[in-house]
Amino acid sequence: MTDQSENNTPRLTGSVNDPRMRRRYRAERRFHAYCISAVLVALAIIVTFFSDIIGQGYTAFWHHEVQVTLDYNERSERIGQFALDSDLRDVASRGATRSIPRAIDRNPDLLGTTETTWVPVKGDIDQHFKNDKALSDSLEEKVNRLLADGQIRNAFNSRFFTAGDSKLPELAGIFSAAVGTLYVLGITLLFAFPIGVMSAVYLEEFAPDNKLTQTIEVNINNLAAVPSIIFGLLGLALFINFFGVPRSSALAGGLTLGLMTLPIIIISTRAALRAVPDPIRLGAFAMGCSRWQVVRDHVLPASLPGILTGTIIGLAQAMGETAPLIIIGMIAYIPEAPTGIFQSATVLPAQIFTWASEPESAYVEKTAAGIMVLLAVLLTLNAAAVLLRRKFERRW
Amino acid sequence: MGIGETTLLLLAGLIPLGYAGFYLGRRKALTTVADGVRMHSRPQQYGWYSVVSMGIPAIGVAIAASLLNLLGWITLPAELVLLMSLVTAAAGLGYGLKAVRPTLRARNALDNIIRWLLLGAALISIMTTIAIVLSVIFEAMRFFREVSVWEFITGTVWSPGDSFLEAAGRGDEISEGGGAVFGSVPLFAGTFMVTAIAMIVALPIGLLSAIFMSEYASPKIRGIAKPMLEVLAGIPTVVYGFFAAITVTPVIVDLAGFFGLDASYSNILSPGIVMGIMIIPFISSLSDDVINSIPQSLREGAFALGTTRSETIRSIVVPAALPGVISAFLLGVSRALGETMIVVMAAGVRPNLTWNPLEDMTTVTVNIVMALTGDQSFDSPQTLSAFALGLVLFIVTLTLNIISTILVRRFKQEYD
Repeated sequence: MTDQSENNTPRLTGSVNDPRMRRRYRAERRFHAYCISAVLVALAIIVTFFSDIIGQGYTAFWHHEVQVTLDYNERSERIGQFALDSDLRDVASRGATRSIPRAIDRNPDLLGTTETTWVPVKGDIDQHFKNDKALSDSLEEKVNRLLADGQIRNAFNSRFFTAGDSKLPELAGIFSAAVGTLYVLGITLLFAFPIGVMSAVYLEEFAPDNKLTQTIEVNINNLAAVPSIIFGLLGLALFINFFGVPRSSALAGGLTLGLMTLPIIIISTRAALRAVPDPIRLGAFAMGCSRWQVVRDHVLPASLPGILTGTIIGLAQAMGETAPLIIIGMIAYIPEAPTGIFQSATVLPAQIFTWASEPESAYVEKTAAGIMVLLAVLLTLNAAAVLLRRKFERRW
Repeated sequence: MGIGETTLLLLAGLIPLGYAGFYLGRRKALTTVADGVRMHSRPQQYGWYSVVSMGIPAIGVAIAASLLNLLGWITLPAELVLLMSLVTAAAGLGYGLKAVRPTLRARNALDNIIRWLLLGAALISIMTTIAIVLSVIFEAMRFFREVSVWEFITGTVWSPGDSFLEAAGRGDEISEGGGAVFGSVPLFAGTFMVTAIAMIVALPIGLLSAIFMSEYASPKIRGIAKPMLEVLAGIPTVVYGFFAAITVTPVIVDLAGFFGLDASYSNILSPGIVMGIMIIPFISSLSDDVINSIPQSLREGAFALGTTRSETIRSIVVPAALPGVISAFLLGVSRALGETMIVVMAAGVRPNLTWNPLEDMTTVTVNIVMALTGDQSFDSPQTLSAFALGLVLFIVTLTLNIISTILVRRFKQEYD
């Protein structure tokens, strides 16, 4: 009868000896562990991701240089390669001597002089030192000897930041893409910031609650979720085919990204305006301000930090965007930085995409290094946005 | 004269006129006030009134003329437009200054004008949507004039390769049976495959992370983990593409080889997994928001009945948050469908109908990019096919977004 009496006594819930309770606690611990492992998996992915990119890219910030004596003579006036000691012609980068005929042309006094300088080695040789890329035996023996003699050195690759794209990996840099990015983002900001803030001010402060306003609101929310490649199709059909903006130009790219960033700026500006409490407005109205005076002198200054935060986040998103820019042709080969908004330009993500499609292995480290620069800028922008919000956000 | 020069000259004329208008309007108001007459608005508001009555008609004339030029209805020389605009500006200025008198409600007029300006800015987003719809539909119609809609939707062979030869009048060079065929089923199969893989990765990790952060984590841990996860959302897609192509794909090929399977170097699994990683923060932050907005009283009621935390989560919190979670899921799907760079860099280009994620497949977005970066003339069916694909993509993602918005609104109504 013990069985029955046990069944009849009311069980104390929470008793650890109860097998059913134990099962439930086990289930509880299991579920907790699933949740923790999901977060840990996500964090592990982040760590893997960053260490992978940095591991592949950090080598690109250094490169090997060879010390050469450039001989400005009649032969190198025609073909730059002849300025080099014949022994070093298969070591030094072809690009290092390419500009010699032009330099002599511009400054004939150079003729007959010599100059000792460091120039980048060929991409294959650089990869030989970094990744053990196979070279021909004689060349390998030569570069190892030069390295031992101190005629080849490992130096900071400043060229990566000061040069444009190049078909020779050892000469390629991000400068032209960085300038292009500045142009494109400048246009995006000029276009999307005023229109975005004005739209948000209208919707929050001026708009009556009618069908038109609701349509605009629904429309903005939907626009924010339209795939970016569709904005590329729009940019192609509208700006390039209809308005005749030059293909690949910073103007076309900036306007396309501007349309894409617009809903982000509108949504965050509206949130910032909504955070300003109504008594501020009512107080200003009570002093006889017109609606515009209330907005200009009271609501906008109070919500400015929030508006700027949203704008920075929107710009950071635009800065990483590639797909719509590919559609409007911004993946052209741009060795020189653009000097105007109508010129063909490229941007950092597009440069990364172009390098990623190059077959030479030397471009892999360039790609990863470009990614490191891009990520550093984006993380800085996002951190700046967060700090801005923390520092200036007012609790009412 | 180019557009840039004309605009510069126009501004060079309008800005001094604007300054003059402001000072003249304000001076007239100030002298009136000095005479002891009470005016309706502040003096500078009369100044702005003059500026506006000068600027708006002038800019309106300039914009109308350039629109007419653009549409090709009338072609006016730039000099004439400039002249017309500046004359309008002068006339407007004269009118504005004349209108400055004590009874003029300049402040109300300014407020009205500003309201219209702001409305105009807000309408730009509507016009963007209309422009998207019109441009995509217009070009897609041109495509469907040459390819039947039925073939496009149900065809299982996508081979646009030779269409440019036809467009170039070299149709005879097309090999036997090699004409252009636009059956989009294999592309959509690839897109759905990559989306499915992405959601299999993103949904459990995203949802469980959200549950951890809103139900288990202390505020301190939450303060660290949440921004960390959001870092994933800030990484550009081109970077994910590189990661998928250079790092994940070789690992998958090696792993498959280890198990005796044959994986392609442009297999669809790798972009799918990486796309899933990209979508984790969307799912987790949206789910986190909904779970946080479930009233605490629901949880407390469950605890009072003696349930454990996980039982509360599974039988109370998650069911209550389900509409929000589904909405997050749909937004994630919509992201995955439209994602371009990851698949362009890591997926294949060969249309392939298969269930095997280790084979190469191609997607809708890959083909949009391929069609528009080739050397074809803009009128070739291959180029136009990009717009037909874009149209379908736009409709599908828009539908998902609308459903997701409706779900969230229902959810909010229930708990707000």
